[in-house]
Amino acid sequence: MKPDLSVEIGSLKMRNPVTVASGTFGYGPEYAGLIDINRLGAMTVKGISPEPVSGNPTPRIVEVPCGMINAIGLQNPGMEAFCKDYLPFFNDFDTPVIVNIWGRSVDDYAKVARRLTDEDLVSAFEINVSCPNIKEGSKAFGTRMDSFRRVIEVVRKVTGKPIIPKLAPQVPAIAEYALAAQECGADGVSLINTIPAMAVDLQTRRPVLGNVVGGLSGPAIHPVALKQVWEAASAIEIPIIAMGGISTAKDALEFLLVGATAVAVGTENFANPEASMQIVDGIESYLIENGIGSVAEFSGSLRI
Amino acid sequence: MSAPEISDALLRTADLLAHERMPGGYRLMVLKQAQIASRARPGQFVHLRVPRLRDRILRRPFSIFKVEGDEISIIYKCVGTGTDVLACAPAGDRVSLLGPLGNGFPEPGADSFPLLVGGGYGAGAVYMTARRSPVKGAVFIGGRSADDILCAEDYEQLGWPVHLASEDGTRGQRGMVTDALDDWLAGRAEGLKIEIFACGPHPMLAAVAERAIAIDCQAWISLDRPMGCGVGACLACVQKIRSQDGDWVYARTCKEGPVFECRDISWKDLSS
Repeated sequence: MKPDLSVEIGSLKMRNPVTVASGTFGYGPEYAGLIDINRLGAMTVKGISPEPVSGNPTPRIVEVPCGMINAIGLQNPGMEAFCKDYLPFFNDFDTPVIVNIWGRSVDDYAKVARRLTDEDLVSAFEINVSCPNIKEGSKAFGTRMDSFRRVIEVVRKVTGKPIIPKLAPQVPAIAEYALAAQECGADGVSLINTIPAMAVDLQTRRPVLGNVVGGLSGPAIHPVALKQVWEAASAIEIPIIAMGGISTAKDALEFLLVGATAVAVGTENFANPEASMQIVDGIESYLIENGIGSVAEFSGSLRI
Repeated sequence: MSAPEISDALLRTADLLAHERMPGGYRLMVLKQAQIASRARPGQFVHLRVPRLRDRILRRPFSIFKVEGDEISIIYKCVGTGTDVLACAPAGDRVSLLGPLGNGFPEPGADSFPLLVGGGYGAGAVYMTARRSPVKGAVFIGGRSADDILCAEDYEQLGWPVHLASEDGTRGQRGMVTDALDDWLAGRAEGLKIEIFACGPHPMLAAVAERAIAIDCQAWISLDRPMGCGVGACLACVQKIRSQDGDWVYARTCKEGPVFECRDISWKDLSS
C-alpha cells in the first residue's frame, strides 16, 4: 500500500512534505520546464517586500567547500508587480504557494501580508525575519526577541492564512524563538536560514562578496540545521518546515526523523534541478521499505 | 528584470565523446546530446555538472563553441578546482548538462559587416556566429602568448580572414587584440556598417566597447559572471544594465544575458 505523504501546516495542505527553499527556485517559471511543479508539496517563492528592491552589489555568490555563500540582498519586484506579473503563473498549477515576505519595518511586513492575503493564489506566508544579507530590518527582527515577536503578532493580525516565521540559526537558543513564534500565533516555523559567513581573496586582500558578508548554505550546514530542528521540535507543538543542506532523500528523512513535518530543498536545486522530485520519491520508498504508513507517523520518531 | 518565462532548456545526460588537451592548459570537450545541440543558438551556454567533483556543489557554465549534428563542443581553461577535476573526465564518461541557456548573440544584420573578437577561450564563443552569419566578416583573436590563441584554424576553414595578436609577440602581431582591431578599422572601407561580436576577459571587452562607441557601431558583448542556478532563479549572476527607460537595473547574466549591447553595460560595475 502507498504511504500517505500528505502533511498540514495549519490550514496549508501539502500533498507531500517537500517544498523548495525561498530564493533557490525563483518565482516558479524558472524551473517549470525542468520539473513538474504539481509534484511539489508546496512552492515557496523568493522574498517579496512592499516596494521593488534592487539587491546587493556584485559579486553575490561564492562557492566554498560543501556549500556556497550568497549575498543577493533580497532583490525582488515588489508586491504589486509580483501580484500582476508573477503570481498568475500559478493559475496553471494546483500546488499551494507559500510567499516569503519581508520588510525593513514592522509596518512593511503588515503591508505585504495584507496585500497578498487578498490573492487567492497565495496559500501561506513564510515570514523572513532572518536574512543575513540586509543591513537593517530583516536580520535584526529575527535575532532580537522583542522585534521578532512584534513582527509575528502584527502579521497575525492582518491575515488569516497560515504564517510561518523563518528562524535565524545564529540566535542563542533556537527553542526559545520557536516557542515565541508559537505563542504569537504562528502556524508553523521554518528553519534554518543561511548561516552568516564570509570569504576573502588573498590576492586582492578584499572580501569576495560585494556585500562583504553573506549566508552559508549547502551540505556544509546540514548537521547544524539538524540539531537546531531537533531542539525546536522538542520545544513546540506547531509544525516545522526544515531546511539546510538537503541534497538527497536521506537528508530530508533525517529532518523528519528529528521532528520536522515538512522539508525544503534549497541550494541543491542549483546542482540538480530534479532533486525535489527525487526526494519525494525517496521518502515514499523509505516509508514503503520500512512499513511506515505515513509521513506523519514517521515525523519525530527519533529514539533517544 | 523581466517577469519570468518558461525556458526551453533541458536537463540531460550527455556522453563525453572526446576530451582533448591543448597547449596552455586549455581543453576541448565534445559532448553528444542531440536535443540540447538542436536547440543551441550562437552565444548560448551549457551549465555542466562536473563528474566526481565531491566537495564542490555548483554547476559550471561554459559557452558553446561548436554544434555539429548532435554534438556540442566547449573549450575551457583549467583555472580552479572545478575545471581541474573536469579535466580528468575521460572519454566515455557521462555528464549532466543543463541547456542551452541564456540570451545569445543576435544574428548579424544582412547589411552589416560582422567583426568577431575573441580573447583566450572566448574565441570559441563567437564561432557559431561566424558559422551562421549570412555575410563573411573578419575575426580578431588575441591572447597573452601563442598558446592562448585558439580556434584560428576553425575560422580559416570557414573562409573568414583571421587577425591574430599576442601580447608577447609569439603568434600574430605583438600587442593586444584591440591593436589588431584598430589597424583594421583604420583601413576599412568608408560607409561599411560594422557590427561587433565579442567574448573574452573583461578588460578586453571594455576596450572593444570603447572602439564600438568611437566608430558608432553596435557591439554585442558576452559576459562571464559568477553564477549559481543558470536558469534565472537565484539572481546571483546579475550585472548592471541600462533598462528600456534608461535606468540602471540588475539583469541576470544567465537569462537576459550573457550577451548585452556594449552601451547597455555599466562597465564600472563589472567587478573582477
